[in-house]
Amino acid sequence: MINYIIRRFLYAIPILIGVNILTFVLFFIVNSPDDMARMQLGQKHVTQQAIDNWKHQHGYDVPLLWNEKAKAEEKLTNTIFYQKSVGLFMFRFGTSDSGRNISADIQERAWPSLTIALPTLIIGLIVDICVALMVALFRGSKLALGGMVLCVILMSISSLFYIIGGQFVIAKVLRWVPISGYDDGFAAVKFIILPVLIGVFSGLGSGVRWYRTLFLEEVEKDYVRTARAKGLTETQTLFRHVLPNAMIPILTGVVVVLPMLFMGSLIMESFFSIPGLGSYTIDAINSQDFAIVRAMVFLGSVLYVIGLLLTDISYTLVDPRVRLS
Amino acid sequence: MPCHLTKCKILYQIPFWFALLLTACDFTQVNNPYPKDQDDKAILYQSFDERPKTLDPATAFAANEYAFIAQIYEPPFQYHYLKRPYELVPLTAAKMPDIQCVDKQGEKLSASADIKDIAFTDYIIDIKPNIKYQPHPALAKAATGDYAFHHLSKEQIANLNTLTDFNDNGSRELIAEDYVYQIKRLAHPKTQSPIAEMMKNYIVGFGEFSDKVKQLPKTAIKDVPMAGVTAINRYQYRIRIKGKYPQFMYWLGMMFFAPMPWEADVFYDQPGLSDKNITLHWYPIGTGAYLLAENNPNRRMILERNPNYHLETYPNEGEPDDKQADLLADANKPLPFIDKVIFTLEKETIPYWTKFLQGYYDASGIASDSFDQAVQFTGSGGVQLTESMKEKGIYLQTTVEPSSFYMGFNMLDTTVGGYTEPARKLRQALSIAIDYEEFISIFMNERGLAAQGVLPPGIYGYEEGKAGINPYSYEWTGGRPQRKAISAAKQLLKEAGYENGIDPKTKQALILYFDTTSTSIDDRPRMSWYRKQFEKLGIKLVIRSTDYNRFQDKMRKGNAQIFVWGWNADYPDPENFFFLLYGNNGKVKFGGENASNYQNPAFDRLFEDMRNRDNGSERFQLIQHMQELVRHDAPWIFGFHPKRFSLSHSWFQNRKPHAMANNELKYLRLDTATRTQQRQTWNQPVLRPLLVSAFLVVAAFAYGIKAFRQHTQKTLQ
Repeated sequence: MINYIIRRFLYAIPILIGVNILTFVLFFIVNSPDDMARMQLGQKHVTQQAIDNWKHQHGYDVPLLWNEKAKAEEKLTNTIFYQKSVGLFMFRFGTSDSGRNISADIQERAWPSLTIALPTLIIGLIVDICVALMVALFRGSKLALGGMVLCVILMSISSLFYIIGGQFVIAKVLRWVPISGYDDGFAAVKFIILPVLIGVFSGLGSGVRWYRTLFLEEVEKDYVRTARAKGLTETQTLFRHVLPNAMIPILTGVVVVLPMLFMGSLIMESFFSIPGLGSYTIDAINSQDFAIVRAMVFLGSVLYVIGLLLTDISYTLVDPRVRLS
Repeated sequence: MPCHLTKCKILYQIPFWFALLLTACDFTQVNNPYPKDQDDKAILYQSFDERPKTLDPATAFAANEYAFIAQIYEPPFQYHYLKRPYELVPLTAAKMPDIQCVDKQGEKLSASADIKDIAFTDYIIDIKPNIKYQPHPALAKAATGDYAFHHLSKEQIANLNTLTDFNDNGSRELIAEDYVYQIKRLAHPKTQSPIAEMMKNYIVGFGEFSDKVKQLPKTAIKDVPMAGVTAINRYQYRIRIKGKYPQFMYWLGMMFFAPMPWEADVFYDQPGLSDKNITLHWYPIGTGAYLLAENNPNRRMILERNPNYHLETYPNEGEPDDKQADLLADANKPLPFIDKVIFTLEKETIPYWTKFLQGYYDASGIASDSFDQAVQFTGSGGVQLTESMKEKGIYLQTTVEPSSFYMGFNMLDTTVGGYTEPARKLRQALSIAIDYEEFISIFMNERGLAAQGVLPPGIYGYEEGKAGINPYSYEWTGGRPQRKAISAAKQLLKEAGYENGIDPKTKQALILYFDTTSTSIDDRPRMSWYRKQFEKLGIKLVIRSTDYNRFQDKMRKGNAQIFVWGWNADYPDPENFFFLLYGNNGKVKFGGENASNYQNPAFDRLFEDMRNRDNGSERFQLIQHMQELVRHDAPWIFGFHPKRFSLSHSWFQNRKPHAMANNELKYLRLDTATRTQQRQTWNQPVLRPLLVSAFLVVAAFAYGIKAFRQHTQKTLQ
């Protein structure tokens, strides 16, 4: 398995280079270094000299991908792409174009994101599985049918509606929790109740339907019929046999998103003023801060690769038939 | 079965125990986002929606940056808080500067000297003694007398995360050399000050200094002299500018000219600190009323009273109505009144507005989606608060901002540009047709004033009444300006050669192009409105939406035809608006701020004369003459001057809108007892639905168990 993991990490290198090139090209199709300088310098009294000066200070005064005027290997190395990309592979994200250290910012913002995302994932998972089991148990009944209709309705509503509706009812009308904000440590609890509740509720429809499908698929299998034939109760069948087998796709589905939890949720964090990573990339795109954009895309890619690797590993743990080689 | 009954009994007791728990706990103000121990403290709660890019006074220029640094740094002069029109008064300066004009030989000239004879103007500024910097580790000294933290080791830096991790702070007296040092910082290319290029045109030796130090580190400029900026003694310094530039006084009231101790650069320049975001961009060091106690631009910024703040008192004079408005009750009392200001990052308007209504923010603007909830219009066109706002004791203040928004024509364009009579009449016709009163009503909730000229109210030269209207677009009817009828516009269009909007070349409707960055679906109504305005004259308007970068590129190259632009005053002087039409500032030819590329020699001559004059009747007449030229040539369709609506709770006192000053926090006062009481009243939680919900959950759970048992038994059967 070690060899497999090493091989997967080596495979990741060309993927990350590709992602980096793609990000670079897409970013500079829309923005030029001059545009970036103007954005950073503000809209008033900006002269070409000031723009040239900014580009020089930030290393944007060399060609993008290929430096024709340079000699030998400097044709490649004395370019914006090379100079801004090499550090990424050593996880040195450098400073943003506005002067803040990106690594420090990411470290600081990842935790609030996780504070919301992790409870939402765990509670959501438990609630979704419980409800899905219930629906699977009552399959064919009016209760199950009603449940599925409700799930479709829940799925059809925008998450923005849940956020605004939740804030209006729970925080504004009933005044049970602060409408937005964040604090450190235990004091954060009162701030995360509402976003977690909304996160769980907004994911309920799709989650229940997905897990119900998995359970029903298992319920129809021969070993379940055998279990029933042996005289096991429905509860025993469901919890001892169906649930462990249905957990394989559930587990792998959860493991793949685990690393991405650090990246946060844009809308949720924006509405609840959570100082997480959710809006970090969008803010950077709006302010044309290429340093942050490339760092966040790179980090996202790395986390996704790790997520996929963890998924593969988790397969071997939950399903003895799977072997990584 | 008995066992089941017992379980059920327990189950049914849950709501009771839950209710008991609810009654046992303190559930007053559970929605309070702040710790309870802050309730009675003089803490002002404000918000910010975008994190500042920098807090270095040499580089900060945006309003959201000034909101912080104006409380921390102190330039030598500031705007009087209460007086209008805006007036500069000393802040750290002992008095207003001694301004001396000199000729090429360095000989002093009289105040009435001809402008051609003035080679330089000296600003000699005396600062008050005994002003001290805020406590800061950059100024801390060890027992040996050396600076304690100017030579940090890698290990020491590794253990630091914020500025508060330093175990000692120091301070020292503000001296004239600190102001000189800051001007040198402005000139250093590595500082990247947005005004550096402009100041090269004014301050003697600024450009030469910049060239001389460009290879030097920031910390090496202290002892490099700048010809035009000198510390005469410990409390006096001189700035020599080229020629005469009276507006330079206003720059001396801006943060760019606030003092900076050289120790700050030496301290922050140590390798490793920037990796922790410990830089001058994020940890200011000033002499102002407040210091930045917590800096987390991703979440919260906290200002605290500067324990070293020098004596400054609340003004004892203002406008005639100020006394009646209770704005002079604190006259001569030492500033500041508020101990702490907490700014919370709030990106969305809904939670922000709700928190304001709950009393958790002390003041608020009015977003479009909450406008109707806050404000209503009276029959006479005035504005007043809604009953629900009045019940809460909220009060409204409105002020016209020193900004002008306009629709500009590219004067280099072959259709709408140029100075021929037909082109002029086409622009004048469009000036009548585009009904900005309607625009303000539809898109701005009446929060704007239709512009009659280049200058907004409050700027010297602005004229009210009949004399101040744009006679080419308006008539004076019933004691107020009335936009001319569309027939007048059609007549002008006919005279321009486009009868009924028909282009004689194509025999079809004239097509004009509007370049804009408005690309979102929310902008469509506004674009549709513009189209309809042009259609009034039979002209077809083609909207060319593009992103901001491409739009800027078009403007620089002169490829735009019609566009919308705006300008917010740097300082309250007409020069800061008319320079937007000065020929030598043309965007295409000179890369300046004249986006219309308007170039009228008569206007330029008047501008050059006006900008160097002191306010007086001659200058006023020059301004009116310039207004007339611009109205006649119509390179702009004058749009509007936005009105700012501010809401404040009853406990928030001494507020007076000030469009130029940013350091107003030190003048404000809070009645914390009233605030605590009101918050208690407004934020009692409604617990009954919680009990009902809990009961329903338990009931559903019990029903589920029962149904489950029945179902399993049925299956087994």
